[in-house]
Amino acid sequence: MTRTAKNEPPGVVWLGTPHFPVAARTAVGDPQLRENLRRATTTIRSRRLAAVGELDDWEDLRTAGAAVKRAALRHLDTHLLRLEESVERAGGTVHWAADAAEANRIVTELVRATGEREVVKVKSMATQEIGLNEALSAAGITAYETDLAELIVQLADDRPSHILVPAIHKNRTEIRELFTTTMGQWGRPAPENLTADPAALAEAARLHLRERFLRARVAVSGANFACADTGTVVVVESEGNGRMCLTLPETLITVMGIEKVLPTFADLDVFLQLLPRSATGERMNPYTSMWTGTHDGDGPRDFHLVLLDNGRTATLRDTVGRQALACIRCSACLNVCPVYERTGGHAYGSPYPGPIGAVLTPQLAGIEHAPSLPFASTLCGACYDACPVKIDIPEVLLHLRARAVESKRGPLPSPEALVMKAAATTLASPRALAWAQRAAALGGRVLARRGVLRRLPGPLARWSASRDTAAPPRETFRAWWRRTHRRPGQ
Amino acid sequence: MSSRQEILTRIAGALRDVPEDEGAEAAPADRRSPVVRHPPDPVALFAERAAEYRAAVTRTTESEASAAIGAALAARSPARLVVPHGFPEAWLPARRTWQRLEDDPPLRPAQLDAADGALTTCALAVAETGTLVLDAGPGQGRRALTLLPDFHLCVLRSAQIAPDVPTALRGLDPCCPLTFVSGPSATSDIELERVEGVHGPRVLHIVIVEPDSRGADTHP
Repeated sequence: MTRTAKNEPPGVVWLGTPHFPVAARTAVGDPQLRENLRRATTTIRSRRLAAVGELDDWEDLRTAGAAVKRAALRHLDTHLLRLEESVERAGGTVHWAADAAEANRIVTELVRATGEREVVKVKSMATQEIGLNEALSAAGITAYETDLAELIVQLADDRPSHILVPAIHKNRTEIRELFTTTMGQWGRPAPENLTADPAALAEAARLHLRERFLRARVAVSGANFACADTGTVVVVESEGNGRMCLTLPETLITVMGIEKVLPTFADLDVFLQLLPRSATGERMNPYTSMWTGTHDGDGPRDFHLVLLDNGRTATLRDTVGRQALACIRCSACLNVCPVYERTGGHAYGSPYPGPIGAVLTPQLAGIEHAPSLPFASTLCGACYDACPVKIDIPEVLLHLRARAVESKRGPLPSPEALVMKAAATTLASPRALAWAQRAAALGGRVLARRGVLRRLPGPLARWSASRDTAAPPRETFRAWWRRTHRRPGQ
Repeated sequence: MSSRQEILTRIAGALRDVPEDEGAEAAPADRRSPVVRHPPDPVALFAERAAEYRAAVTRTTESEASAAIGAALAARSPARLVVPHGFPEAWLPARRTWQRLEDDPPLRPAQLDAADGALTTCALAVAETGTLVLDAGPGQGRRALTLLPDFHLCVLRSAQIAPDVPTALRGLDPCCPLTFVSGPSATSDIELERVEGVHGPRVLHIVIVEPDSRGADTHP
């Protein structure tokens, strides 16, 4: 089922960004970007393979992870109600947001109620998706990103280009320059004589954010998992900025996509093995925080959990496409994708780039808002092999391609449809096929240079704009067969 | 209609293909419990894996514990050390050159930030991943204590080391706030190069206390 275009949430796709083919062309022409991406993805690929290769039951873990997520989605309403009950029993408050605008409104009101004008943020895909920082800013509230890469993106007034390492498109020299020129505008300036050594840059971020953590009264986070039976919410991180935000402020607001719910706390046994090894290629990430409502004398006194739909229930409706909701945001599929490695994340025009973005964004936002994304793939299948919850991304891509074509179908047939129809007629008749092959051989002889057609004539020029075409052979197979296998007497 | 009702209605509409008699509680057929691993020497494995994250690791025995902890502290020479209520007195070094902060009444964030380190126990550890798990129990205190000071010295008994993640999870109570710590804080955000030490403690030292040998048990 497709949804109507008018009431679409704006956050999932960045408005005003060009379609993938246009954006990709620009990105591929940037040698610095390609070098940064090649280095980064090569590094993380080998690290992931080493971490995954260590576990001899990795395939069983993937199967179990896929089974738990798919089963949880099939009873999503039951698990969400149970989660709500568990969180409230443990002292938290649960809010439901049908779309981005409602989620932003809820968070803004909750911050306003505290009287604060600043919030510290843990890196979160859900709040990127809904454009929370912009919404808070419009209400006069400043949101400070505290994850190093998100800080880089915020200081640069840039957009994230990777799910796990949002500043993957920037190298150390660019980051040094950025810290030196912009940190002072947001708070404590970068140390003098800052070098481009990653350790020095991390130290600059530590100093810059420390005071902010100490005085923060409100924090906003996402959630990696939430367990319906206990109400436990899980955040997986590396730097300790998450722990700071989850522990020091008095009020914690967590925005979580409804698909993140797990039936039980015990299900974490699979996911705490799958996620770190798939994401950063570590046996375990440095810090994982779990909290259940509020804890007396330890951490926030007020905990709010905002359950976000924003296109997820529409995705759930599609029995093929719904498997994309199993995604645990590890980004392994980005790192193995030959298309992502060359174009980077910005070309996808959404906080969710790469193969998973190509199947998630069109479903969350509506296919008519991202019709080119399902085609941003070679269908090589590397993403499927890397996915820790076995999302068959190529299957969903093909399914969405069909939907994209369907959604464009108007009263008049498209040029593509006309070509396909002509092809069907030609291939159905031996006589017509022979004629077409003779014509192609003749045309090919005129146009080809060294066996290659650089530019095809007429409307076919769009096909040949980005690829060479082999020249048709002088003699077709059928003609050759007739010439060499002529039975005597014929 | 409230958004809650709206979302629940949308979900019910989206899941019409799910048979009514399919229970939400039943575990799916493919959901097998992960393999439980039995490393031949979980203590050695934990020590090795924690050290790979660049945590300092010391192995000692019950009767040597307080001396080993004293030596680990001497390397940092803290002036003010957070030692939460419930930390075993027998493990505290005999000679104390530092002031003990007990977090009673609770220290303000700025006071914690100014402390030189935290000395705590933990709930359990995971050999396969080199992970410590804190649950705010006795000897650990609230979460901020092991977060703001730049140095964390964590002492555990070898019997607390679980072989793997699934076994560890079965030993934890989610009613408590849980923190899994695998090495000092780190980031790979710049060119995916791993850097230890961002916002959490930059130095993590783990002391593993093993039982005294049989002979030492009978002649303490």
